[in-house]
Amino acid sequence: MKFMLIMRTVDQAAVDASEAIDFEEIIAAMGAYNETMINAGVLADGAGLTDASEGSVVDFGEDEPVVTDGPYGELRELFNGFWIVEVSSQEEAIEWAKRAPLGAGTQLEIRRVTSPDDFPQENEWVQKEQQWIAEGKLSGK
Amino acid sequence: MIAAAPDDSDSGAHVPRPDADADADAIRRTVEATWRVDAAKIIAALSRHVGDFGFAEELAQEAVTEALAQWPGTGVPANPAAWLTTVAKRRAIDAWRRRERLDERMALLAEDLDMRQRENAGAPPWDPDTIDDDVLRLVFISCHPVLGREAQLALTLQVVGGLTSAQIARAFLLPVPAVQQRIVRAKKALAKAGVSFELPPENERAKRLEGVLGVLYLMFSEGHVATSGSDWMRPDLSMEALRLARVCAGLMPREPEVQGLVALMAFTAARFPARLGARGEPVLLADQDRSRWDRSLIRLGNRCLHTALSLREARGTYTLQAQIAGCHAEAARFELTDWHRIAQLYGDLVRVAPSPITELNRAIAVAEADGPAAGLALVDDLAATGALEKLHLLPSVRGELLRRLGRTREALAEFDRAAELASNEREREVLRAKARELRDGKTHGEPDGKPDGQDHRRGAEAPGEQ
Repeated sequence: MKFMLIMRTVDQAAVDASEAIDFEEIIAAMGAYNETMINAGVLADGAGLTDASEGSVVDFGEDEPVVTDGPYGELRELFNGFWIVEVSSQEEAIEWAKRAPLGAGTQLEIRRVTSPDDFPQENEWVQKEQQWIAEGKLSGK
Repeated sequence: MIAAAPDDSDSGAHVPRPDADADADAIRRTVEATWRVDAAKIIAALSRHVGDFGFAEELAQEAVTEALAQWPGTGVPANPAAWLTTVAKRRAIDAWRRRERLDERMALLAEDLDMRQRENAGAPPWDPDTIDDDVLRLVFISCHPVLGREAQLALTLQVVGGLTSAQIARAFLLPVPAVQQRIVRAKKALAKAGVSFELPPENERAKRLEGVLGVLYLMFSEGHVATSGSDWMRPDLSMEALRLARVCAGLMPREPEVQGLVALMAFTAARFPARLGARGEPVLLADQDRSRWDRSLIRLGNRCLHTALSLREARGTYTLQAQIAGCHAEAARFELTDWHRIAQLYGDLVRVAPSPITELNRAIAVAEADGPAAGLALVDDLAATGALEKLHLLPSVRGELLRRLGRTREALAEFDRAAELASNEREREVLRAKARELRDGKTHGEPDGKPDGQDHRRGAEAPGEQ
């Protein structure tokens, strides 16, 4: 089973306070964490995102979509990066999440990644997407 | 928040819920998950401390039992691995006291325990400089040649994989006591042979590594090709074998065949989601919905294959098989498979590791690349040697090639024979269906198959190619 560990900031003040930590140190801690998961044979994928202030938001309402620059919405709605782990249970995914070198003000949400069986196979678009994945047009999970 | 010892009331990490009793099951699952993640390191570190692998394993199991009893009340400690290690070390001291062995080792262990109590929370309960080597020792011991295959499998799953006896029992469709017996006997055998907690000496290393990879590959195969009974796949076991192979690749990053094995397993496991039909029937490679293949496993396979090929020019058997599996993974549709390349790779494989099964697979690839007649010639050569006489594979492949050549009557006879020889219920079903199709085709007055080899949808396949 694949699970995504979604990294969030939930308390900006706490995060700011911890920003005194040397960047090199953070990279080293993250690197060591990733290495541990690779060597344990569980890490399938992962990526970090640049700061939400550099992003844009397309918001859908009643009328035309509204575009805003920078972070938008509740702080806890922002996500900063993710890992995908291949494990045998949700508990195991949680166990790995607990070991992430994250400080106060951050949060990891654990969600199972869908598999082909989660979708109606007879749906034309589900089939089309599967076709794209098979042809390498889409990366797939 | 330290490596909270079991009787420290405040671990601080996990607030026990009021409905703690109802959470016993949740705690059990948490203990199992913790154990899976850290078992190898805990047992390895303990083995180094007490100098005896079997004793260390027992201590660790006792600590797990204690965790199951205590955590529902106290909550999960902040550093579960440290908790388990601390308890295990205390048990070691108790045991030594009972035996009145108040020796130097015990003094060291006691001192170490004291130190641990003072240390900060996040620190792992093992020495980061030695732990990888210690886990590697564990891998080599679990796959030690004094043990039989079944014992190697059970022990590896238990101490390296961190599975419980119950989980192992489920994976091998055995009663739990049988698994426990196996493990006890394995530990006795190791003790009797005087196997020490050491890495194999340099001159034995290659051979011993081969043994380890053999155990892992068998574990993987057990999971996806059941040799008897009606269960076709036990993917959990295969996925665990893949994980353990990745662990070994991390421990031995310069060994090309470890990388090759990971690649082979990854490419094969990538097909699991497509291998069973809606009614649980096996779906052959040719008929699989390739969009269901697990892309992230294919990417893993490609990465490891690349590493394996870059580490050494001479390719080992796992690397070669991974290359073949990689060819299949690359083809978006069955029709796009590069059979010439696959035939060539099987030729290379036969030279490195001669085997009639590999010969048969080469014949299948040749049939796809150059037509059924060319393949049949190779199969007939193989049949003449008398190898594979008792296996359903030979008549199954021969039948398929004959069918493609339009030699229906001969094909039918081969399919019937293959169905007779097949040991797996589902495989037998597939073969009978093929025979039925052929018979029906005849009664409906259709042509006796086309000799042009156009219809490849029911590809002649050995099980390794599913």
